[in-house]
Amino acid sequence: MEFDGRESGWAASDPNAIVSGDHFGSERMVMAHELAIEANGLTKRYGSAVVVDNLSFEVLPGRVTGFLGPNGAGKSTTLRMILGLDRPTAGTVTVAGLPYGQHSRPLFTVGALIDAHAVHQQRSAYNHLLCLAQSNGIGRKRVDEVLQMVGLTSVAKKRAAGFSLGMGQRLGIAAAMLGNPEVLLFDEPVNGLDPEGIVWVRTLMRALAAEGHTVFVSSHLMSEMALTADHLVIIGRGKLIASMSVDDFVAHSSHNFVRVRTPEPEKLLGLLGPATSVSTDDDGAIRVAGLDCAVIGDLAAANNIALHELAPQLASLEEAFMEVTRDSVEYHADDRTSGASVGSAAW
Amino acid sequence: MTAATAPTRPMTPDPRPTGPVFPDVLRSEWTKLRSVRSSYWTLLATVVILIGFSALLAATTVVAYSEMTVKERADLTPIAIGLNGVDVAQIAILVLGVLVITSEYGSGMIRSSISAVPQRLTLLAAKAALLASITTVVGIVSCFAAFFIAQVILSGEGIQAHIGDPGALRSVVGGGLYLGVVSLLALGLGTLIRRSAGAIAAVFGLLFVLPILLALLPARWAEGIGKYLPGHAGQALFGAPIATATLSPWVGFGVLCLWAAVALLAGAMALQRRDA
Repeated sequence: MEFDGRESGWAASDPNAIVSGDHFGSERMVMAHELAIEANGLTKRYGSAVVVDNLSFEVLPGRVTGFLGPNGAGKSTTLRMILGLDRPTAGTVTVAGLPYGQHSRPLFTVGALIDAHAVHQQRSAYNHLLCLAQSNGIGRKRVDEVLQMVGLTSVAKKRAAGFSLGMGQRLGIAAAMLGNPEVLLFDEPVNGLDPEGIVWVRTLMRALAAEGHTVFVSSHLMSEMALTADHLVIIGRGKLIASMSVDDFVAHSSHNFVRVRTPEPEKLLGLLGPATSVSTDDDGAIRVAGLDCAVIGDLAAANNIALHELAPQLASLEEAFMEVTRDSVEYHADDRTSGASVGSAAW
Repeated sequence: MTAATAPTRPMTPDPRPTGPVFPDVLRSEWTKLRSVRSSYWTLLATVVILIGFSALLAATTVVAYSEMTVKERADLTPIAIGLNGVDVAQIAILVLGVLVITSEYGSGMIRSSISAVPQRLTLLAAKAALLASITTVVGIVSCFAAFFIAQVILSGEGIQAHIGDPGALRSVVGGGLYLGVVSLLALGLGTLIRRSAGAIAAVFGLLFVLPILLALLPARWAEGIGKYLPGHAGQALFGAPIATATLSPWVGFGVLCLWAAVALLAGAMALQRRDA
């Protein structure tokens, strides 16, 4: 792949190239046996408000872990505690086996995109990256590299004040990649990105995880995580709601049902037990929740009922997410009296 | 180009260095300082104000000299006239000292900085060392320039001082040292207060407003307390002697250093304890 310096678009930089190379040696393999991030009873209180409430979870290397929760669930606060920016009221969190503050030159271990605005507006992209690199003993060559990776080479000397949100996100990702760290934290990385940029970030995160990196990415958008994450840590109102694989998460959702078409619906319905809930689709098909395909199929066969369709339907991740977080959402859209309906609009 | 594009450009991240972090952080802080305009503006303002105000007072002194009484002529302090600009130039210095930290809070850069250097006190120490070095050097060089320019002007009436005169060299170097310590006082309060406007107001108040308020007190009290205020105490090193109300030069400078140390200590404690 050639870089001609003209590029400023996403297409110019191949996220796979960022994680390429032969430097993933034995060090990374040792890392793979450890827990990349481990939170134990993590709690953050501001006065009487509990923002993060006794949160415990683990993040493993080699996969993308989605950190999900409605707006205001405590995701950013948790990420700041992981990075040692905020002090936990109680509990601990370690990265690569150590509290963040005990890492010397941490950019070699942990890279974070926490806030696209965490840049001095008068400083150029190049100097922003250079001062961060120098603080960890990283040279100018690497700064040029990461600028090229994210496609900001042509605007490297421009002041960050003129950057769009998308360019700011790219600058943040470049900063996170400076030390080619094992662990990467991304706080809402696709916010403000155009579709091309979203695909770029997704591809980057998948590629990083495939190379053995730990990728921990927060989002309030379940649909985004469905395309990126292998594992989910879901929180609501600061509490852990679920920590499971994406597949398990969907499988456990009570929104799953089986779609059945039969010429004798009444006869089949009469045979279904009381634990099932049934509804009828517009096209005459029956939705059966609470029984799996095998049970329904056997039941029909034993009673000589012909089946024209027997299909399991999985809830979308978005539905499943809404279901588990329903009770922990800070503001509901129908809560008009409080005027807080805006809070849930984002998801 | 597809997502499956094979890597074609090998990445060669630098190996993780060992050894002390401080030199690295110092280099980083130097890049930060030289890559924003406000550093240049405040330092340029320091030089221009310091030389300009000193030269101006020298010129007005020369103009008024022929009409002065014998006593007024005897009270002239050519060394202090040559360093008259320090008093105003410290405003630019205090702004620089405050901005070194508050601009990071204002922009959110502080979160990037602390993520990169979680040893927060090392971060502050590097900022302090670099800031004090630069402001002291710029201060001393400007003081020398101001002193010599003013003496050239004063020589029009033959009332110039020489750098070899008693206290002259100490005053010229002292003016620069004073500015260096004032920048640290500003950095300390900036770290404590975090907001540019608030911190600038606080340092300004300490250096300029507090002495005015003190003047409202009965004279005996005002003199007793006044000489320990950071501005008065520090100016003992280079300013015109104000009879009994002034500490001896190095004691006064020591008191100023104590003020700066307390401010830095308070800032360091806040930085260490608070969420970034």
